[in-house]
Amino acid sequence: MPEWLEYVHDRYAYWAIVFLMIIGLYGMLFKNNLHKKVVGMIIFQNSMILLFVTAAFKWDATVPVRDAEIDVNVVGNYLNPLPHTLMLTAIVVGVAIVGVAFALLIKIYDNYGTIEEDELLEKLQSPAPEDDDSEDSFPSKGGSV
Amino acid sequence: MNWILEIFLDILLITTAIVALQAKDLITSAVATAAFGFTVALLFISMGAIDVGFTEAVVGAGIVGVFFVAAIYRTTRKTKD
Repeated sequence: MPEWLEYVHDRYAYWAIVFLMIIGLYGMLFKNNLHKKVVGMIIFQNSMILLFVTAAFKWDATVPVRDAEIDVNVVGNYLNPLPHTLMLTAIVVGVAIVGVAFALLIKIYDNYGTIEEDELLEKLQSPAPEDDDSEDSFPSKGGSV
Repeated sequence: MNWILEIFLDILLITTAIVALQAKDLITSAVATAAFGFTVALLFISMGAIDVGFTEAVVGAGIVGVFFVAAIYRTTRKTKD
């Protein structure tokens, strides 16, 4: 087996994660729908969490819970629990970010009536007609009363 | 960790990610996102990170899916891409 193929083959989990990161970045940058952008963000943050948990993996090691029959003093017997706890925090932060993103998306739909990015930019460039109507109607209504 | 199982889960992960991004119907996208989160949780458990695994199963397959369906219910279901 040539050297470069061995380099690819030994690190297949990392290559899958890099491919997943590219998919998530493509979704965030090039998708037009705002729901799809949120999906791209979910894929990207899950791939980052997966990268750190994969980096903590060791062959022939058990879960980081103490067993009396397995020696604690040998480093190779147990997985390193520090990346796991850090990524637990990252998951909880990630679900909060997704919740805020969906709340902003619902407010955008309530104000502009669309979640497609090009239609949204068109409506933001042109001056909003409903604001002018409401300002015109309010003094005339007040004047008539 | 069985490497055949891990490669199978990696292929499932990339497939669900592409389906979630390319679906024309946003409900399909929501279901594929929930399947993606659950596959990530299975991969965590196969790599020995059990605590991360069950948190991701609750969050990725449960809460994100419920948020997504609620957001689709408040907005629109159709998409152009």
